[in-house]
Formats: sequence, C-alpha cells, structure tokens
Amino acid sequence: MAGWILLGIVVVLLLWSTVSYNALVGLRNQVKNAWNQIDVQLKRRYDLIPNLVEVVKGYMSFEQETLQKVIQARSMAMQAQGPRAQAEAEGMLTGALKSLFALVESYPDLKANQNVSRLQEELTSTENKIAFARQFYNDSVMGYNNAIQMFPSNFIAGMFQFKAEEFFHIPEAEKAAVKVSLR
Amino acid sequence: MSPAGAPCPHCGYENRPGELTCNLCGAVLAHEAKAAAPLTAAPAGAPQPGARAATLRPASAPASLSPAMPEPRRNFFVEITANKRRSILLFGAVAGLLILLGAVIGEAAEPHGWPVGLGFAALAAVAIGLTSYLQGSAIILAASGARPVAREEEPQLYNVVEEMAIAAGLPAPAVYLIEDTAPNAFATGRDPSHAAITVTRGLLDKLNREELQGVIGHEMSHVRNLDVRYSMLVAILVGSIVLFCDTFLRSLRFGRTGRNERGAWPFVLLALLLATIAPIFATLLQMAISRRRESLADVSGVQLTRNPIGLANALAKIAGDPAPLEAANRATQHLYIVNPVKVFGMDASALMSTHPPTEERIRILRSMA
Repeated sequence: MAGWILLGIVVVLLLWSTVSYNALVGLRNQVKNAWNQIDVQLKRRYDLIPNLVEVVKGYMSFEQETLQKVIQARSMAMQAQGPRAQAEAEGMLTGALKSLFALVESYPDLKANQNVSRLQEELTSTENKIAFARQFYNDSVMGYNNAIQMFPSNFIAGMFQFKAEEFFHIPEAEKAAVKVSLR
Repeated sequence: MSPAGAPCPHCGYENRPGELTCNLCGAVLAHEAKAAAPLTAAPAGAPQPGARAATLRPASAPASLSPAMPEPRRNFFVEITANKRRSILLFGAVAGLLILLGAVIGEAAEPHGWPVGLGFAALAAVAIGLTSYLQGSAIILAASGARPVAREEEPQLYNVVEEMAIAAGLPAPAVYLIEDTAPNAFATGRDPSHAAITVTRGLLDKLNREELQGVIGHEMSHVRNLDVRYSMLVAILVGSIVLFCDTFLRSLRFGRTGRNERGAWPFVLLALLLATIAPIFATLLQMAISRRRESLADVSGVQLTRNPIGLANALAKIAGDPAPLEAANRATQHLYIVNPVKVFGMDASALMSTHPPTEERIRILRSMA
C-alpha cells in the first residue's frame, strides 16, 4: 500500500516537472523570439530611410545637413556592435528622423507629396512597431523571470539552469520619441 | 485643477490644454469645467430632483464625490487580474446553474432521475455548442456587410493593426471594413490565428491615429483574451438553460405520455420555480459577463498601447456620434466596441445592457492616465 502511494507521488512529481519544464522552455523561446522581432523592425527602418532621403532630397536642397545626419545615424546604427552601442545609435537615428520630420512640416510642397506622406506613415508606424516590439520583449522577460523565480517552478528553473533575462532599457535620448503621432 | 487636459464638461472629450472650444462637440470650455464632474455617476437610489431629465448631471448633486479629488491611480496589471477572476466566477455561476437545473428537473420528472436530467442538460449544451462552432465568424462578417480590405487601400489601418499585433505578440489578424459613416469596430474569430478585426469607414474618417490605436488595442485584447470563444461558450450555456427549461415546462403542460408517476412534490415545485426564473437569471449573468469582458478589453488594450487617453477619447467620439450603424442589430450589438444600438448618456447600469456605461469606461481609462 505504502509502495503504491510512493509510486503515485513520484508519478505526479514527474508529470509536474515535465509540464513545468516545457512551460519554461516555451517562455524562454518567447523571449528570444520577441528580441528577434525588434531586429526585424529595426531592419525595416534601415530599408525605408534611403527611400525617404531620395524623395525628400529634391525639395530640401538647403537642408543637406539634416539629411546627412539621418544618413550618418543610419549607417552608425547598422554598424554598431553590442546591445549598448546599438541602443545608443538607434536612439540617435530616431532623433535625426524626428528633426527631419519636423522640417518636412515647413515645406508645404513636400507635405502634399503623396510619396512623402506615405513614407512618413510607414516610418511613423515602424517607430511604433519598434517601441511595441520592445514593450512585448519586456513583457515576455517579465513573464519568464517571474516563472523562474516564483514558487514552485523555481525548483525546475534552478535544476536546469534557467537564467533570468535582462530588460530592455530605452536610452534617455530616445524616450521622448516613443510617442510619434501624426496630428 | 488646471485647465490642462480638462475633459469637456459637455461630452467628456479630453481636449488639449489651451483650447477654447471642445474639439469634439464644440462646447465652450470655460473655467466652470472644474466645477463639473461630468463622468461621475450619481449614487444609485439617491433622490435627485430633475436628474432624470439631465443626461449629464451638474456636479452639485453627488456631494460625496468631490470633483477636486483625483481618482486613485489604477494599475492595468491589477485590473486585468481582477477582471479575469470576476469573469471566471460568472462563468462558473452559469455552468453551475445549468448543472443544478438538470439535476433538479431530472429528480422532479421521476424519483432518482437526476442523472438523466443532468445528462440531458449536458447533451443540450453540446448540441448547441457544435452548431455555433461550425457556423463560425464568417456569418457575422457577412451579416454586418464587412469586406476584406487590402493593405494598399488603407495603409494606416493596416499599420496600426500590425503595431497592436506586435504589442500583443500575436499574428496580425485579417482586416475588414464596413462602409458606414457611424464609427465603430469589432473583433471576431475563435482563436488568434483565425481572428479578424472589423472597423467602419466612419471610424477611419473621424478618429486620429492615437484614437484609432486605442480602438484597435481594445479589439486586439478581445482576440488575445479569447473573448469571442468565451462569449460563445457562455451563449451556449445560457441557450441550453433556456432550451432545457422550455422543454420541461412544456412537458408539464401537455402531460407526459407513458408513465404517470412523478418525483416527490417538493422537487416538482422547486423545478417549476427554477425553470421559470433560470432563463432570466442566466441572461442577466450573460450580460454581466459581456460587460466584464468589455472592461477587461479596455484595460488590457491599455496594456498594449500604454495610452489610456487615446481609447478614452475614441470612446467619447464613437459614443457621441449621431450617425446610426445600419448593419448592427440585437444579435451583433455585443460585439462592437461601443454598443451601436444604445444611446450615449443613457443610464446603462441597467442589468440587461451588453456594455458598461461609456461614461464609466472613460472615467476608468482617465484614472489610469
């Protein structure tokens, strides 16, 4: 009788460990996937910028400096190594784009241009998507970290060396740019 | 209270600081704005002469709610957890009612007949469930006159939907459009990979990007919370209860063929009573669940956008719009973000309404800002 009870307890424990382990793997993969989603959107922004510069160039012959800044920030962001340097470079790119959009406002011809307004919407949306992808990454990290630190799944996490992931911190310079709205 | 961001005393729209007239309804934004508490509901039962006539009450009426005192700040994580708990409780209540009914009516029909009654109740639930599941959301979309839109047609709408899908970590749902000037929106689909978000032309025309994002965030939350499947489940349970009670009452009226014996009379009496009130009670619960899911979608939509004001302003605009939505009816009204059949300002604390009062929703959203 006692043997059966013991066996029962072992079976339940094994089942629970399996379920718990699988849940943790799922959460960890979600964090990884969320991180890749950010890269997808960053890449999209790199791809959109040359188009915008091309269209805007003709109208803004006086504003070469702003355009140069955008191009420069883009290539710096693309070459940046390591998460910190990249975050900084991305922040600069966001800032440069913001000042370009501010300039566009003062050119009525440019504002009326269909291509420009379409590109502007695409870039605004991409900025938002970057922000939301980061937000989802942080949400995923929180879910994962909670799971590996909370009782009782922390036992499984400790046994199989699940490590807490780091949150993404938005660089100070970029904080203002998170809410881009076209009004 | 500073005039910065003060809601319009007439319609509640959150105007930018420094505006002289309301951006939405055109009312003059004077400094009496601070005296008005347009979004506080009067305590129920308090005698208020003339309050019936005025849709938006003057602030003097609810003395207990000082308009100068700000609402306690709400946290959407707490709100979501509380909302989920209440939803589960309500669902449990409906399911429990069906089980109780089955057992009692079974016992009333004949002695020790409760397992049979229980079986019939379950069978009715499964039968109705299968029919609704197989019909799918295609019927809803067709009945509402919605058509799929291409990305080239509405790039901004597509972008906003994609943004919210990224924020929710879900695949981007299909996008549908209803050619109607009344602004409104709804979500359909039994799970996130079969989901569709439908908006009206009026919504695209009348809302700015921030407000549109709030609405799409709300709809995306319905998708993420599996609300469509959930409300279908509840509808099935409630439908089973109604069907079951009807059958029982009818069998009593026409007498049973074959066996003449019935269960003990207390069970018959209890069954009669239950069969009469259960359908009403079940429908009330269903409406309560619907309202609960709407507020859940509001707060978890804010978790996606992190911008409660966008949705609050959108709700004010949608509810304040005079244009009627032709495609909406009693069968689909619960789907929309703001009930298209009801009138704004109506005291929707009524038990039979599918949505919480819009003023209440806006007030909660503002308190999260």
